[in-house]
Amino acid sequence: MSTIGYESWAVDLADVGPVYPFQGSEVLMVILGVAFWIGWHRIQFVREGKHLEEAKHMGDEEKIHKILEKY
Amino acid sequence: MDGNLNALTTIFTEFYYWVTVVFMFLIHVGFCMYEVGASRHRNHMHTLMKNIMIIPLVTVTFFFFGWWIYWAFPDFPFFGGLNQDLAPANLPWSETMGTNLADRITGVFWAAFLLFSWTAASIVSGAVIERIRSSALWVHAVLIGSVFWIIDAAWGWHYAGWMVRELGYHDAYASGVIHAIAGGYALGVIMVLGPRIGKFAPDGTPRDIPPHNPWMLTIGIFLIYSGFWGFYAACNVPLISPEVIGGEIVGTTWTATNIYLAPTSLSAITFNFLMSLSGGLMAAYVVSKGDAFWTFSGGLAGIITASAGNDLYHPIQAMLVGAVGVVIVYKLHYWVERKFKLDDAVGAVAVHGYSGVVGLIIAGFLLWGVPSSPFEGYAAINPIGQTVGAFIMFFVLGWLPAFIVSKMQAAAGVLRIPEEVELQGLDYAEHHAYEDAKAEIIAADKAALAGQ
Repeated sequence: MSTIGYESWAVDLADVGPVYPFQGSEVLMVILGVAFWIGWHRIQFVREGKHLEEAKHMGDEEKIHKILEKY
Repeated sequence: MDGNLNALTTIFTEFYYWVTVVFMFLIHVGFCMYEVGASRHRNHMHTLMKNIMIIPLVTVTFFFFGWWIYWAFPDFPFFGGLNQDLAPANLPWSETMGTNLADRITGVFWAAFLLFSWTAASIVSGAVIERIRSSALWVHAVLIGSVFWIIDAAWGWHYAGWMVRELGYHDAYASGVIHAIAGGYALGVIMVLGPRIGKFAPDGTPRDIPPHNPWMLTIGIFLIYSGFWGFYAACNVPLISPEVIGGEIVGTTWTATNIYLAPTSLSAITFNFLMSLSGGLMAAYVVSKGDAFWTFSGGLAGIITASAGNDLYHPIQAMLVGAVGVVIVYKLHYWVERKFKLDDAVGAVAVHGYSGVVGLIIAGFLLWGVPSSPFEGYAAINPIGQTVGAFIMFFVLGWLPAFIVSKMQAAAGVLRIPEEVELQGLDYAEHHAYEDAKAEIIAADKAALAGQ
């Protein structure tokens, strides 16, 4: 049993198409892949919100003035 | 070459490898920039020189004996001894190891492997910056670049290597044969070398030592990505007819193959290279909480994790494998750093070593039962073969020789620079001479002006 459907390369390549593992699961893989992508946005969005909220209260007015002048 | 079709194929192949070698040179440029960017200002010329001199030292030794090892050792030591059919043509005094119009391939194929050798050595170089003696590192560079990595290539990356035949080992784009071994080797060296002064607080808490030039470091990692893409192409045989593969593939359709002569395509590995890079970047961003350097390195770790099976994975599989690998590798890096007080200056053991090992094991499960090569009677890919292979790459050929040689160097007092020099910086003497020369010429110019 092979995950790509071929147990030997003694085949005519003219007849060979996909060779990736778990053929037939493409839709499931796309769903998993999209979930990974959307999940990434969700995690990043939440974290950035938290970070900005914390950063909002960290600013020292004098230091901020210096940063502005550094430009 | 008999016939124009053969001539065309040969010259195409010659040109193909030549181009990949030029692209792969970018890996070394990237490593130089990354290491110089990561090191503190007082060490950057030393760091650069340490990495640059890997080029000539590994090149000449790879010409003298590294290339021969690849062709002589695929069976060695358990399954038939030295290969007397293939090895002699690759000795440094062979006619095919020189300008020879009857053989246009050996030089460019040799160079493609040589660039892998530089990479293996350069990975070790990054872990040990700011404290190793150049002389000690250059001995290690020769050992990993022209001896140990090429033994593992003969065993697990040669189409007739015993690990491929007997274990079903499959590592198409070198998760193990470059990265696991280099990471294991770096671990062996840093265990003996010790951390940089100040890396750990008195209570053992690790301190961050920030890079002196983050922009150079960023460009460095992008150059490594670029060269790595060229490396992927260099791991393929670009065009081959079934009869050249010993008639193992039936029919008449010509194909590109992986290093084991099993069919794949540049299309497949382009999909998978970019998707595993992306999976690695995204996962590293999340797991490192947006740390820039870990995110960049995570892209590399993602590719390395997926590389063992990137000739066959679906692109989404490559992306997920890259992402999973990065999470494991990141956690493992900090656990090892805290637990064993090891200072890996650029995370080389993690990004290359742990990623390589994890990638090999994952490939064993995802590609279970797949023929590793087209040759009849070879074991199919399986989790046990991949795990044993990972152990051989990381520990037996990587960690063990590095640890032994480093212990010998340490016992002889030639491994680490003196503490006083480490504190003043390895570039102090050069800077001092530079500043003195500058002051002298300014004074001379001023004197000339006053005399007018």
